[in-house]
Amino acid sequence: MSRIDANTIETVKSLEKYEAGFVTDIESEKAPKGLNEDIVRFISAKKNEPEWMLEYRLKAFRHWLTMPEPDWSKVNFPKIDYQDAYYYAAPKMTDRPNSLDEVDPKLLETYEKLGIPLREQEMLAGVAVDAVFDSVSVATTFKDKLKKEGIIFCSISDAIADYPDLVKKYMGSVVPYHDNKHACLNSAVFTDGSFVYIPEGVRCPMELSTYFRINELNTGQFERTLIIADKGSYVSYLEGCTAPMRDERQLHAAVVELITHDDAEIKYSTVQNWFPGDENGKGGIYNFVTKRGLCEGKNSKISWTQVETGSAVTWKYPSCVLKGENSQGEFYSVAITNNYQQADTGTKMIHIGKNTRSRIIAKGISAGNSDSTYRGQVKILPGAENARNFTQCDSLLIGNNCGAHTVPYIECKNPGANLEHEATTSKISDDQLFYCQQRGISEEDALALIVNGFCRDVMQHLPMEFAVEAQKLVGISLEGSVG
Amino acid sequence: MLLSIKDLAVEVDGKIILNGLSLDIKSGEVHAVMGPNGAGKSTLSYVLAGKPGYEVVSGSAELDGVDILSLEPEERAALGLFLAYQYPVEIPGVNMTTFLKVAVNALRKARGQDELNSLDMLKLIKKKQQSLGISDDMLKRSVNTGFSGGEKKRNEVFQMAMLEPKLAIMDETDSGLDIDALKAVSDGVNALRAEDRSFLIITHYQRLLDYIKPDIVHVLSGGKIVRTGGPELALELENKGYAEFIEDAA
Ligand SMILES: Nc1ncnc2c1ncn2[C@@H]1O[C@H](COP(=O)(O)OP(=O)(O)O)[C@@H](O)[C@H]1O
Ligand SMILES: [Mg+2]
Repeated sequence: MSRIDANTIETVKSLEKYEAGFVTDIESEKAPKGLNEDIVRFISAKKNEPEWMLEYRLKAFRHWLTMPEPDWSKVNFPKIDYQDAYYYAAPKMTDRPNSLDEVDPKLLETYEKLGIPLREQEMLAGVAVDAVFDSVSVATTFKDKLKKEGIIFCSISDAIADYPDLVKKYMGSVVPYHDNKHACLNSAVFTDGSFVYIPEGVRCPMELSTYFRINELNTGQFERTLIIADKGSYVSYLEGCTAPMRDERQLHAAVVELITHDDAEIKYSTVQNWFPGDENGKGGIYNFVTKRGLCEGKNSKISWTQVETGSAVTWKYPSCVLKGENSQGEFYSVAITNNYQQADTGTKMIHIGKNTRSRIIAKGISAGNSDSTYRGQVKILPGAENARNFTQCDSLLIGNNCGAHTVPYIECKNPGANLEHEATTSKISDDQLFYCQQRGISEEDALALIVNGFCRDVMQHLPMEFAVEAQKLVGISLEGSVG
Repeated sequence: MLLSIKDLAVEVDGKIILNGLSLDIKSGEVHAVMGPNGAGKSTLSYVLAGKPGYEVVSGSAELDGVDILSLEPEERAALGLFLAYQYPVEIPGVNMTTFLKVAVNALRKARGQDELNSLDMLKLIKKKQQSLGISDDMLKRSVNTGFSGGEKKRNEVFQMAMLEPKLAIMDETDSGLDIDALKAVSDGVNALRAEDRSFLIITHYQRLLDYIKPDIVHVLSGGKIVRTGGPELALELENKGYAEFIEDAA
């Protein structure tokens, strides 16, 4: 009998290892439970939003009511009761804090515990952070330093107030409010998120990073991120996420929009570690995310890198619309599922402009009773002369009770396009583990070594400061999957 | 006594493979175990190394006075046991240098030594690599992945040199090697011979023993040692074949 499945569901251990699973005891202010136009108005009013923003939200909400749930993905979960959740929760603060000294020390402590110190002198050199706690941004660091370069990095709420023209111009331009049910809900009730604008010709001197934290019970998190890279600019952005361990499922429906103009580049990295639920599949986050980038200008580039280890259910397809001539889209993904996690993730590469290129490398690792699907679309439109795509999907199975699936959709309307697709499925064998152990490496370390080896092509695209953390996370999220 | 096996009986998939095997190896000695295909030679090496699925029915095995049969494979490795595999396992994606670093430091940690930093590790690798003719290219590739038969075997000896075991079990390291590779591997092994290092060399053919001179030769047949002698026993086997011994065992 194989050792791997013998103890696959030995998990108390893996539960204890979700180190981000604590709750911060802090007074909060919530909207009444449920979802209706009044709630949308409540959120908008809380944020002192201008009329146009409220109108946008209401338009989205009314449309949302008419939209069916997406049912094409390979994930199963009970129907969501949208009325049984809170749509706004904010840690009680008298006013928007002007500096970290005005931020509740409990909040600072929370982020410190998570390894994200917000005090600038304690921070990783060269990383600016925006911290979003439940529904609001609590702190953005290095704002002034960035401002000197003309870079705007602030919460989306601040951006709506301070840079309405930019927000009006770009919000919804890549992911329209009616795009899909989850994005539509987000457009109606989004509470906070980050906003970045890099002016023409500026290379952002540091990594920008947003750290999302769900704390409140029964609260959905709907953040909205908008990044604009003007001509010839460059920015690397990273988001991280965690939530406490709870028995109830919680909804997280984010929208991220990226825009690159001529010769600009955005590198967007995600390390997603939402609470995955317990060993029996109880609790955990529904992670329904719409991420899309528009390569508007010629020679522009958008690169998505994601390491997805958390969430009970993941539904996420960071995509690129390659409109500008010679523009490039990249998608590098590692998705790890354990216990009863389900992940349906992949990308879309839409080639519109001439000489557009895209590259997809997706690595799926399934353990326990989990199920992981790569779903990817490559679409070449008639005008995309000379378009090229390379896709590689590799699945790695640990044990006998998990599943891995690859669902590529290819649509090619230009005969000059060049498309390559490679896919492999492999299994970690007992022999491989034993070989490592014979050399003195413990079974868990061997597993982490093999899985990190499998993911190397993706991990190397993460910013260096985070690659080591991500590697550790890989080991932690698979703990308990061999016995 | 470095290794002491007493009356060992081992079952695989419900079938008794080793049955009443006893064997003693002193520190610094080189023992050869010979026997026909299916005699249980690899089973012996696996059960000593702790491969799952190899059930000890009865008997004992001690390394340096420690009962090893209840230990995890990595704990046995920490005690100084090394197995050069008959069929080295491929681990795609795991770079050979990384693998060595992790293994060397895991063993050092378990043995209460300080872990080596990257620079010292690199120096150690360079030193051992040269004496065994391991190319830089091999170190950049994934563990055993796409290696030729000869490269895999040389890589086993290289790992042995890096991990500095007290007891090295070599399971048919000679099989599938041409004469040059055989010489290279034997030179590597001979260079590692030391007073505080013993070898258990498993082979089907006498040929290897022309290069690595054993102190003692055993014949394994029907799950136990049926004869023990000096190097001349290997020659006798070469001339007469195994048939006679198999009858002995029956
Ligand atoms: N994993 C296994 N499952 C079933 N039978 C096995 C297994 N490994 C070895 N055997 C059997 O055990 C016997 C001894 O095998 P082995 O130790 O490989 O012999 P040798 O190395 O001397 O050729 C053979 O009959 C073989 O078929
Ligand atoms: Mg054998």
